[in-house]
Amino acid sequence: MASAATESRTVTGRRQSRLVELFDYKPFLIFLCLLPAAAFLLVFLSYPLGLGIWLAFTDTRIGRTGQFIGFENFVSLWHDRVFITTVGNTLLYTGAATVGKFALGLWLALLLNNHLPFKSLLRAIILIPWIVPTVLSAIAFWWIYDPQFSIISYVLVDVLGWRDSYIDFLGQPWPARWSLIAANIWRGIPFVAISLLAGLQTISPSLYEAAMLDGANAWQRFRHVTLPMLMPILAVVLTFSVLFTFTDFQLVYAITRGGPVNATHLMATLAFQRGIPGGQLGEGAAIAVAMIPFLVLATLFSYFGLARRKWQQGEDND
Amino acid sequence: MSISRRDVLIGGAGLAAGATLPLAPAIAQAKIEQGATLRVLRPTKFVEPDQRIFDENTAAFTKATGVPVRVDYAGWEDLRPQTAVTANTGAGPDVVVGWADDPHIFSDKLIDLTDIAEELGKKYGGWYPIAQKYGKKDKTEQWVSIPMGASGAPAVYRESHVKEAGFDTFPKDLDGFLRLCRKLKEQGHPAGFALGNAVGDGNAFCNWLVWTHGGHMVDENNKVTINSKETIEALKYAKALYETFIPGTLSWLDISNNKALTAGEISVTQNGVSLYFSISNSTDEKIAAIGKDLNHATMPVGPLGRPSEPALVINAMAFKHTKFPNAAKEYLRFMMEKEQYDKWLVGCYGYWTQPLMAFKESSVWQGNPKIQIYRDTWERALWSGYKGSINEAAGTVNAEYVVVQMVASVCSGQATPEEAAAEAERRAKRYYRT
Repeated sequence: MASAATESRTVTGRRQSRLVELFDYKPFLIFLCLLPAAAFLLVFLSYPLGLGIWLAFTDTRIGRTGQFIGFENFVSLWHDRVFITTVGNTLLYTGAATVGKFALGLWLALLLNNHLPFKSLLRAIILIPWIVPTVLSAIAFWWIYDPQFSIISYVLVDVLGWRDSYIDFLGQPWPARWSLIAANIWRGIPFVAISLLAGLQTISPSLYEAAMLDGANAWQRFRHVTLPMLMPILAVVLTFSVLFTFTDFQLVYAITRGGPVNATHLMATLAFQRGIPGGQLGEGAAIAVAMIPFLVLATLFSYFGLARRKWQQGEDND
Repeated sequence: MSISRRDVLIGGAGLAAGATLPLAPAIAQAKIEQGATLRVLRPTKFVEPDQRIFDENTAAFTKATGVPVRVDYAGWEDLRPQTAVTANTGAGPDVVVGWADDPHIFSDKLIDLTDIAEELGKKYGGWYPIAQKYGKKDKTEQWVSIPMGASGAPAVYRESHVKEAGFDTFPKDLDGFLRLCRKLKEQGHPAGFALGNAVGDGNAFCNWLVWTHGGHMVDENNKVTINSKETIEALKYAKALYETFIPGTLSWLDISNNKALTAGEISVTQNGVSLYFSISNSTDEKIAAIGKDLNHATMPVGPLGRPSEPALVINAMAFKHTKFPNAAKEYLRFMMEKEQYDKWLVGCYGYWTQPLMAFKESSVWQGNPKIQIYRDTWERALWSGYKGSINEAAGTVNAEYVVVQMVASVCSGQATPEEAAAEAERRAKRYYRT
């Protein structure tokens, strides 16, 4: 009996020591510590993306499980004039709004980087469009652009008398597109301005002093000091701004629902329109999946094209 | 046979109710499952008393049967996805008061309601033919849902402006309607009908336009027929009519015509009765004065030869996954019985209208003559996907604004009527493919 008990203790001890050894093994420990994070990423990020991609290859409708249909949804979208218009709209919306946001955001950031009176208050005011929930700002713009009750039209027609009739901001394709782009620029400026301001404040004043001693004028200081030093943060902000704008949904859906005659549909709004109210989950998912290459391209461009340039590693810019 | 406390309670409640309610024997006979509880999902209120009275009626059901019922309210655009998830997962609410097409999309997941539908029909003067179409599974006699109500979409107009334009009554034909709208524009009180992606009003106006000209999205066999000479005529008429509208209707969403009429900017539009009541009950005297001048009329009749308009139908269904099918059926029947239903009808000022003919005599229609037109909503109503089935494709075509965009593209000059009809056909065929 005694010998059996001793043997049992020895086996248990051996097991314990193996367990201790295992936990002392660094790769295993790293794997174990990363496991919860990996599981989290897998369940909440990878699975929905994977499911979305899978749905894009099926004819799933709301309430019905679909069959695998290969590329049929994508082939159909390729021949769908509404989808083609939507891709064009999305590219225009993203391009024009991003340029607008960066031009105005950078300008504001440069202004706020100077010693201005009430600087903190001004910075707080600039954040307002970012703080207001998107749908609230969308409703505000909806009123601003209203064909009958627009404040802009009221001022131009009834107060200043510069026009005879109210502006139909959202009733015609091009005015509607530019109106939405303007709304998106307004909403996106704070993100760009505040981010770039943070970047500007990391630039050492000694660089500017050195440039001034070398006789550089304001433009030369901006071109050769500010811009290069700002480039890393510019690349990150640009990437995020493109991603946010390309996938914008709320602003457009609340103001126009993609109208008139699909002139303002973006890929995100069309994906929702087809997938949820339209019930064509497979087709909606295919439109959403069709956004991925554009987004990957935009990310790669800013990452490799801007953030990883050799000059950042002390070499010449080529 | 053992008698449980619940049986005694139900029996007692039935007897107690029997003293006052004529429907009590029906409840007493109903084989409501022991320990039954129900979850109900329905669209959120549009007119204030809708939810309150619905909840009161539900509480009365609980009192009469002992079955606790929880009613959840979903936003209008969330209702279909939630219904779909319920159907797909086989979990969630036992009863859903969904939109018109929903029971037809999920018909194989629903309890057969034929017995209670026939009983209600016998008791209350029969179902309107369109209500039967909404309630019965396509091309069968099996009821898969109980249409509970519909909100109509007749013309809402300013009487004084129409009279000023030289019309004693609102025109009944298309030529007269066009003449009226031209005159109204000359007088500075134009008409305004939604042509943007408006779920209710845009679809209502554009579907009426096509239907009244004799056009339809599909034929009886669900073959796409929108690209027809009738549609082309409708689009030519739309172009002429659009010239008389207030600027901006191409961007109008559902609330836009309400705003414009309330502000006195337009004199004619198309809407449910809620607009009339919201204007009439306004505390602003200027707006309330507009309410006194408002009246309603059927939209003009064209080559179709009969009034036609879409109706926003709410269609109740009970899912097979419920553990208490008898309780679910009994709940639906109870809510449609006169004591409950008429109270709801009256309380909603006629916003929801009756699918059962006997309720045509409801007191809601005896009072204000200006709202009587809503009484006959089910007589005028056609459905999405007319002349074909009420099905998923019809719902998708509506949700995708195929008809609205066809009309809007012609009105805005982006397409000829022929091009627009061909494009609508192309888009509709994708959803009507088998």
